[in-house]
Amino acid sequence: MNSQVSIVNKQEKSKSAVSSKERVSRILHKYGMLMILIALIILMSFLSPTFFTTGNLLNIVRQMSVVGIVAIGVTIVIITTGIDLSSGSVIALVSVVAASFAHPDTYPFFVPILIGLGLGLLTGVINGTIISKAKIAPFIVTLGMMTAARGAALLFSDGRPIGNLSDSFKFIGQGAVFGIPVPIIIFAFVGVVSYILLNKTKFGKYVYAIGGNEQAAIIAGVNVDKYKIFVYGYAGLLSGLAGIILTSRISSGQPTAGVMYELDAIAAAVIGGTSLAGGIGTIGGTIVGALIIGVMNNGLDLLNVSPYWQQILKGVIITVAVFIDSRKNRKS
Amino acid sequence: MNKDYVLEMINITKEFPGVKALDNVQLKVKKGTVHALMGENGAGKSTLMKILIGIYTPDSGKIIFDGEELKVSAIKNALDKGISMIHQELSPIPNMTVAENIFLGREPSYKFGWVKAKELEEKTRKLFEKLEIDIDPKAKMSELSIANTQMVEIAKAISYNSKLIIMDEPTSAITEKEVHHLFKIIRSLKQEGVSIIYITHKMDELAQITDEVTVLRDGKYIGTKSSDQITKDELIEMMVGRELNQIFHKQRVEIKEAVLSVKDLCKNGKFENISFEVRKGEIVGIAGLMGSGRTEVLESVFGINPSDSGEIYVHGEKATIRSPRDAIRYGMGLLTEDRKLTGLFLPLSVQDNIITVTIEQYAKGGFLNEKKIQEDCQRLSEQLAIKTPSLQQLIKYLSGGNQQKALIARWLLQDPDILFLDEPTRGIDVGAKSEIYNLIFDLAKKGKAIVVVSSELPEILGLSDRIIVMHDGKKTGELSREEATQERIMELATGELVTSGS
Repeated sequence: MNSQVSIVNKQEKSKSAVSSKERVSRILHKYGMLMILIALIILMSFLSPTFFTTGNLLNIVRQMSVVGIVAIGVTIVIITTGIDLSSGSVIALVSVVAASFAHPDTYPFFVPILIGLGLGLLTGVINGTIISKAKIAPFIVTLGMMTAARGAALLFSDGRPIGNLSDSFKFIGQGAVFGIPVPIIIFAFVGVVSYILLNKTKFGKYVYAIGGNEQAAIIAGVNVDKYKIFVYGYAGLLSGLAGIILTSRISSGQPTAGVMYELDAIAAAVIGGTSLAGGIGTIGGTIVGALIIGVMNNGLDLLNVSPYWQQILKGVIITVAVFIDSRKNRKS
Repeated sequence: MNKDYVLEMINITKEFPGVKALDNVQLKVKKGTVHALMGENGAGKSTLMKILIGIYTPDSGKIIFDGEELKVSAIKNALDKGISMIHQELSPIPNMTVAENIFLGREPSYKFGWVKAKELEEKTRKLFEKLEIDIDPKAKMSELSIANTQMVEIAKAISYNSKLIIMDEPTSAITEKEVHHLFKIIRSLKQEGVSIIYITHKMDELAQITDEVTVLRDGKYIGTKSSDQITKDELIEMMVGRELNQIFHKQRVEIKEAVLSVKDLCKNGKFENISFEVRKGEIVGIAGLMGSGRTEVLESVFGINPSDSGEIYVHGEKATIRSPRDAIRYGMGLLTEDRKLTGLFLPLSVQDNIITVTIEQYAKGGFLNEKKIQEDCQRLSEQLAIKTPSLQQLIKYLSGGNQQKALIARWLLQDPDILFLDEPTRGIDVGAKSEIYNLIFDLAKKGKAIVVVSSELPEILGLSDRIIVMHDGKKTGELSREEATQERIMELATGELVTSGS
């Protein structure tokens, strides 16, 4: 929604009637989480000498890129008042299936990629179709997919990891271009494409409309079913992409990969200001949300904080973020 | 401080981002009186009441209630002090019983919160007896009609034994019979010394039930008058700030060929054998009591709940309409009855609310032409005089009248041949009403075929070239503009003879 805000700013400048106090609160409203991210980075830099190094910062973004990509898909789903719990299991399913096509000297590297993306898309389309046509709550449908996809992953791989992957396939998760890890490049690309999709196309307008008031959208002639299938399909596609990156990075297809990723993704979206009530949320916010989680994980690791404490802290931060968000909405 | 007053709100000011909602407003209510609060939508009535019951805190000003300075920060707080409110938008919990709804949050209970079900029911029964309301306390809220839901809401507000009850347009959803009943209740409350703030848009209720009236306009206090001394014209002038000679400026329009013909439309349990025609340049009104099937017919033609049988012809050709998308493709538009429930996208901007139907027109190669969108929305916003600081303002911050205009703009952008308007001026002030009427006349002049559903008979009579009357799911008559009178319509709408004057 950046484009819209910039228009508002332009009009405000021309009117120059808005008080400075109000402008400050508006900036805080919009960039609150970004400031928290920056504050966290500064804090961690003081606490740990190794934190603010190029290597470590790239490491954080690289680690978060898998969850970040999933979170972008989930954000769009949540804006339509939906939810997607199946992402983590879809990652596992894509992981084992893609890995089995990625052995050296079998298929060219793009075959496992296309199969993985296709499989992710398929799970999403199935979710979306059931949700929109059978009118079953997204929570239930994606909970079913979460269980089924995990089962399928275990069945396909017989419960064992699938290793021996080609170097060209491993490049996706482990390679770098001009010193920038490939997962970060893909993450950035997904971010830009999704931003455009959500802000510059009618698809995006419909997503916000469906989340804002589904009944009104139907009466306004929006093909709600079709767009819901698109939305879940896109989320599935991104889960597939995340699965490919993860598989490539850990050099094997893992039927147990991606456990709890869906919850980290939802957390990132929510920390980034996406409203579970629908109609509100941005890609930029979600990326900031994902980075906050990443910086915390990394910083607490560097400070030798026990991983158990880390989980508790994460839980507190998610709750506080939602609390701040709800206060903010109530005030206005 | 004056002992005659139960409530004094003095110099109340409240500002929201970009709007000064209240500017030094005052409201003084005498003990045991009914005090009307009037003003156009956006005048600040709701904001003032929300301050009184603690939903908003004022930026400055003082509230004296029952001799003490009142500082409330929550609705519960206001209730404890003796102020309750009947909200205009009903919010029943559908799956709970009538009794549970009324005593929600203060159920008689044993220790550990176990509810005394019998006592709860008994208390409700007593309350209903006193108010002479005939509703089963054990019925589920979801089983009640809208009118009965409203009556429960009224009973609930009274059950707090408040000293002051705020009634926000309590008669907007009930029939004549219940209105009489409500007025009876109000009179007996007055005798018990209860004071009432009565928000209404209906002029005739003023003389019938209120003692004094305070008028607000654009967030400012205009004046307080005695209800039996003020004339309708004076009141309108106070509210609109200008004289309103005539609300309806019906223009002569040449009515041409039929655009929409509906034949023998049936929907099980809702309506049967409905046939009518709407011609180019014509405004057809559908009158009937609540629950007569008026809205259902529109929703059926528009494809929201398609009919079981019957035929629809558009421009003489048979149309198959199974969804609103189909209806829009046939050149139809529908302004729905309930803005919030089925019209607005509350979290979105005014602009995004206006373009929903027409986005396709602005999409080129997948991308939206933002400049064109802005130009078109700006043009419409000026044409309809939508009051908003900018098109990017979230629509939830606009007043009801301006929200309605934005929804009309949504359909004007689509430029349909056939326009259905379901209660186009519900909850809208006189000024905005008049603007919307003129807009409807203009549209007819441009050759649109228009169908208006309305509960307000003067509105139907003033707008329509022809009036269809429904009763209990059936069409009971069709009147030309010349034949139609309020009495004639009521006869047909109630299915019985009504003596003139009632």
